[in-house]
Amino acid sequence: MADRDERRFAEVSRESVKLMAESAGAELGDDVAALLAEDVCYRLREATQSSSQFMRHAKRRKLTVEDFNRALRWSNVEAVCGYGAQDALPFRPAKEGELFFIEDRDINLVELALATNIPKGCAETMVRVNVSYLDGKGNLEPQGTVPSAVQSLSDDLLKYYQQITRAILGEDPHLMKVALLDLQSNSKIAALLPYFVYVISGVKSVSHDLEQLNRLLHMVKSLVQNPYLYLGSYVRSLVSSVMYCILEPLAASINPLNDHWTLRDYAALLLTGLYHQILLSLQKVLSDPVRPLCSHYGAVVGSTLWGGRCAVERVLFPHLPAYWANLQAVLDDYSVSNAQVKADGHKVYGAILVAVERLLKMKALSQPADGGSSGQPGSAVGVVGYRVSSPGLSPPPEPLSEAALGIASHLQAGGAGCPWEEWTPVPLPAMYCELYSFFGDSLAVRFSTGPGFGSYPPCPPSQLGDARKEPCGPASNPDTARKMPQLTANLNISPRQDGSPRTDPPPPSLASTGPGRSLARSSSSSSSSSSVQRSKSSLSRSGQRPAGPSRDVFPKARFTSPQTGLPTTFAPTPPVPAVPPRAYAHKLPVIGRVGKPVRRWACSHYSLHLPL
Amino acid sequence: TRDDVCFPFLNLAHAHFIFKMAAVQGGLVDAVEEKDIKTEPSSDGIGNNNANDGGPLSASPSSSASAGSNKSSAGAPEDQQTLLAVLQFLKKNKLTESVDILRREAGLPEDSLDLKGGDSSGAGSGGAAGSGDAAGGDASALLSRVTASTASSAAVAPTFSPTAAGEDQPDVNVVLSAYSQQGDPKLYPVYYSGLKRFIESVLDCHRAELSQVFYPLFVHMYLELVYNNYESEAKAFFEKYTGDQECYYEDDLRILSSLSKREHMRGNETLLDFRTSKFVLRISRDSYQLLKRHLQERQNNQIWNIIQEHLYIDIFDGMPRSKSQIDAMSGSLAGEGKREANKAKVYYGLLKEPEIELPLDDEDEEAENEEGKPKKKKPKKDSMGSKSKKQDPHAPSQTRIPLPELKDSDKLDKIMYMKEATKRIRLGPDNLPSICFYSFLNAYQGLTAVDFTDDSSLIAGGFADSTVRVWSVTPKKLRKVKSAADLNLIDKESDDVLERIMDEKTASESKILYGHSGPVYGISFSPDRNYLLSSSEDGTVRLWSLQTFTCLVGYKGHNYPVWDTHFSPHGYYFISGGHDRVARLWATDHYQPLRMFSGHLADITCTRFHPNSNYVATGSSDRTIRLWDVLNGNCVRIFTGHKGPIHALAFSPNGKFLASGATDGRVLLWDIGNGMMFGELKGHTDSIYSLRFSRDGEILASGSMDNTVRLWDALKAFDDLETDDFTAATGHVHLQDNSQELLLGTYVSKSTPVIHLHFTRRNLLLAAGSYNP
Repeated sequence: MADRDERRFAEVSRESVKLMAESAGAELGDDVAALLAEDVCYRLREATQSSSQFMRHAKRRKLTVEDFNRALRWSNVEAVCGYGAQDALPFRPAKEGELFFIEDRDINLVELALATNIPKGCAETMVRVNVSYLDGKGNLEPQGTVPSAVQSLSDDLLKYYQQITRAILGEDPHLMKVALLDLQSNSKIAALLPYFVYVISGVKSVSHDLEQLNRLLHMVKSLVQNPYLYLGSYVRSLVSSVMYCILEPLAASINPLNDHWTLRDYAALLLTGLYHQILLSLQKVLSDPVRPLCSHYGAVVGSTLWGGRCAVERVLFPHLPAYWANLQAVLDDYSVSNAQVKADGHKVYGAILVAVERLLKMKALSQPADGGSSGQPGSAVGVVGYRVSSPGLSPPPEPLSEAALGIASHLQAGGAGCPWEEWTPVPLPAMYCELYSFFGDSLAVRFSTGPGFGSYPPCPPSQLGDARKEPCGPASNPDTARKMPQLTANLNISPRQDGSPRTDPPPPSLASTGPGRSLARSSSSSSSSSSVQRSKSSLSRSGQRPAGPSRDVFPKARFTSPQTGLPTTFAPTPPVPAVPPRAYAHKLPVIGRVGKPVRRWACSHYSLHLPL
Repeated sequence: TRDDVCFPFLNLAHAHFIFKMAAVQGGLVDAVEEKDIKTEPSSDGIGNNNANDGGPLSASPSSSASAGSNKSSAGAPEDQQTLLAVLQFLKKNKLTESVDILRREAGLPEDSLDLKGGDSSGAGSGGAAGSGDAAGGDASALLSRVTASTASSAAVAPTFSPTAAGEDQPDVNVVLSAYSQQGDPKLYPVYYSGLKRFIESVLDCHRAELSQVFYPLFVHMYLELVYNNYESEAKAFFEKYTGDQECYYEDDLRILSSLSKREHMRGNETLLDFRTSKFVLRISRDSYQLLKRHLQERQNNQIWNIIQEHLYIDIFDGMPRSKSQIDAMSGSLAGEGKREANKAKVYYGLLKEPEIELPLDDEDEEAENEEGKPKKKKPKKDSMGSKSKKQDPHAPSQTRIPLPELKDSDKLDKIMYMKEATKRIRLGPDNLPSICFYSFLNAYQGLTAVDFTDDSSLIAGGFADSTVRVWSVTPKKLRKVKSAADLNLIDKESDDVLERIMDEKTASESKILYGHSGPVYGISFSPDRNYLLSSSEDGTVRLWSLQTFTCLVGYKGHNYPVWDTHFSPHGYYFISGGHDRVARLWATDHYQPLRMFSGHLADITCTRFHPNSNYVATGSSDRTIRLWDVLNGNCVRIFTGHKGPIHALAFSPNGKFLASGATDGRVLLWDIGNGMMFGELKGHTDSIYSLRFSRDGEILASGSMDNTVRLWDALKAFDDLETDDFTAATGHVHLQDNSQELLLGTYVSKSTPVIHLHFTRRNLLLAAGSYNP
């Protein structure tokens, strides 16, 4: 028996024969069963041998049940009925006893008969002709493997594409690894992105093949991780492919032996990676001043509604100072020709307001958690960042943890191509202060009217007040003081009431155009570049911002006239980096104290009052 | 004249074989129909040729006798055993009349159980073909018919073999019992390893040749062990030495290894093939002497007995062959073809084309815009005519096989053909054909066979769901003829009567033909496009009318799946072959076959008519190709060298060469004239299912399951052959590995195995297959 195994023949064991005999009501001795078993094996092999002939003559590669039945019929043996279906037949062991059987689901005939979605018969068999090769000089590249548009690519790219796809989808695991690594780091493959995305969209056609699905998902991961690739609109296609693997009842799941659970886990993990890609594309839109305001509006709303707090905090907030300059310029332009643009600007303004308000409230809610965990300064920051960045992610299973970190670390480390900065949570008070500097009372009013803040414990306000006083000292310079109320006065937005910001037509006080406003617009590019500079530096030391003199800089940068503004903008920045991160750590206990009472509120009233 | 002599023996061989099979299988299956057909070749024959056959038959008694006795030493014991077994069986069943008849025919006197040992040529091995056909109780009827047809030959045949049969137990078991008479089978591993040591120690030049002995020896020793119930020893023996065997025997070894019980040997066809046919080896005289001396010195009778009984060693004088030479030719189920099996003269030349006068005015109309053409064409045609008048020495006589008269429509078609031929593109390595791919879509039922008409106007597909579908490839739709009642209303004198008989209402792009009850494995259009043949798993070949799209005849006779069928290029005749290992030649107006070609040791997988209709080629799962003479039913060529079942055959347009493709992915080229292999085209990675030469024979196209069409430079392959006359003289192949030079192009389809290829009359290549999503 043992050497029979080596020859890899199908074998019916003695026990099986006995069982079958029992089911037919016969009692067999051991030796009889053994003899029978051996003979059955032989006959099976013989029948298989001759059935292969039917397969060959049908010009097929796959042996079907029908082939086997023909062989049986021709050797005067009853054919096996009931297994003619084209689908794979799941072969299962019974729990008790060594019995194997083919799973046969019950079919409700009544349901089937009364079904309304009667399948249409398959299309008619037909012959279609196409000229494949003219004068034998047809396309010598194998067809079908490459989308035809790829032909227009340069030879090198084409070759690269073919090699990579072949390596990834091919047999050699080592080759696949190399290909994936290259895909992850190659900086010159942007032109091929659509084709790779196309290949990946093939998941739907290989849903029976777990291995291929895995490979395609690995490909997604590599593309996502490639710092030189901007996925842009292809994210959508990638997401749908990954979602397919997560959600669909894949054909591969039919076989209980297939470990499609790991696949789903992996795909879900990938989705978080893609989530950040989407944030990235939102951010990209937001930071692109050339884009129309409506796009910006979309980016803001998108990050608010879809991305949640994290998105606002990471996409919108860091960009706000830079973006504000542009928006301000638009809003302050009261010329008639600008009316439409200005109206758009107000929409964006409203959206941002809603977003940041929400951010603040959420932040206040979760403050204790953040504060608590950042009790360990320095080293803990990264971990916190990761946890915050993927709030919905349950702890990844053991084998995936590496990949999980891979994605997360990538997002934190950023890359040359993506403007994703080293990100650490900004403490609530600092954030509030900064936002207040933009929105002024329109922010404060809304904040205070909320029931949660109405009964805000006395300690935090004082703390907030302290925090606010410190940075806002400079912000209360006449320029800002004059501007901000005016802005808010112009806005009749009530996002809390109807859920979406709405802009009323600009107020009639258009005449009060400040001197030099027109100039400000023309210089917006230079000023924005300077503010980008600033925002970067501010982010890098976000923990201790309130202490720095940069607070002064910002308003000046925005509001001083361009001719004087630029030099002064740069003058004070140098000392900033010198401030050690310890300052941030130093502040932490304060935050922690602030947080404690808030948490209580979070449980009671506050949660009911989330806008949107 | 030997060819003619074999003819009566063919029947004898069949009788042997039928009874043997019946006996071995132990089942008596009623097959009255079958028997009638089996005797057909002799009783009916091809009517017109009766005179042709008869003359030589009666005129050559002495030659037949000599031919028989010459080979008695080699072939006698085996045939004797077989015949004795048959006689015994008949006696048991009280068929005394049949016993008498058979004995008379075989020339066996009643007192001595001697037998003339004769037919070890192609017809003789036909007797060994193990088909499942069985004759039972009505056997006497069969034999009486056989006798009726061969009464004259019975008189001329009596020759007494000098060897006396030492059979103690002339029973059915005699076929197998030879195994039981050996010495102690337990010593086989010792003998085998002894021989192995010897062969490994001989000079290099002999080693390759002698190594050929390993495989048959191994098989027979293993079977002997199994037969004598040394199951574990057999297993051990197999395990120990299976690694030594050539890789191309892998499939057979797998079957062999699954066989471990004496009881299993009964029904196993592969085993019967080994036993009933001698494994043929070609060994140089020097090597043979070496082996013989060794075995005699060691007194190694065991091995010597096996060699004597089960091997046929074809000894030649000259240099021993090299390993590559041997490998090129081996691989078949029963070793190489014997050299003398390929000695018969084959008239491979083409028949003279009938003189057809081109209606001049018509032609001018056709070629209006090219003024120069008609003038050029004329002399060309004349020259062609004069050439064919000079009677090709290799061409058979025009009337060797009676061919149907040309009808007017055939003549018109010939004219069309010539016109098209003048517009034919000359192909060559620098001028490759364009390829059109006909994809069958939505063919979920499984496309199993495809054929095009010669003028490429129709395409037909055979499907696994038993249907045959015909499509019109041109804008001209397919129409049925009107019903009889409607036909009566037609003005029969009108000029366009042929148009009027068609029923316009039935016009459609495709028609489905229902009738088979099993997958359709082979289809073939008649050259005049009026008929379509289909062969099916249900054991029948059906003839369909393409005028009425109905089935006209169901040809029954095979009783087992019919794998392939092919119309003669001149119409009227067709050949079919299938699982019963017998190829049958039919005429469309006879419901019984005219000839039966038996000799293959396994299923006949593909059949092909020679362009001159005088020969047919059959490829088989026994990995050989045989060429049969339609006139007398003889096997005139055996080609060995393929390592897998052969699924595609193609004759070159000039009739001189044959190309064959097999599941091993190789195309082999054969010279019919001398029976030599002269080319091996490697490149395909999967089974080859289609082969076709371009119209002028410059290009060979091969299509395969690997979704590619490959084009090969046939002219270059033929040229290489002519520079190498030496090989023909010695009978050894020297194959240079030049596949890459000959390969002109590889053309890939997306996901469509190429199962049929066809060159249009203007040399456009059409390929067909069903798209596998």
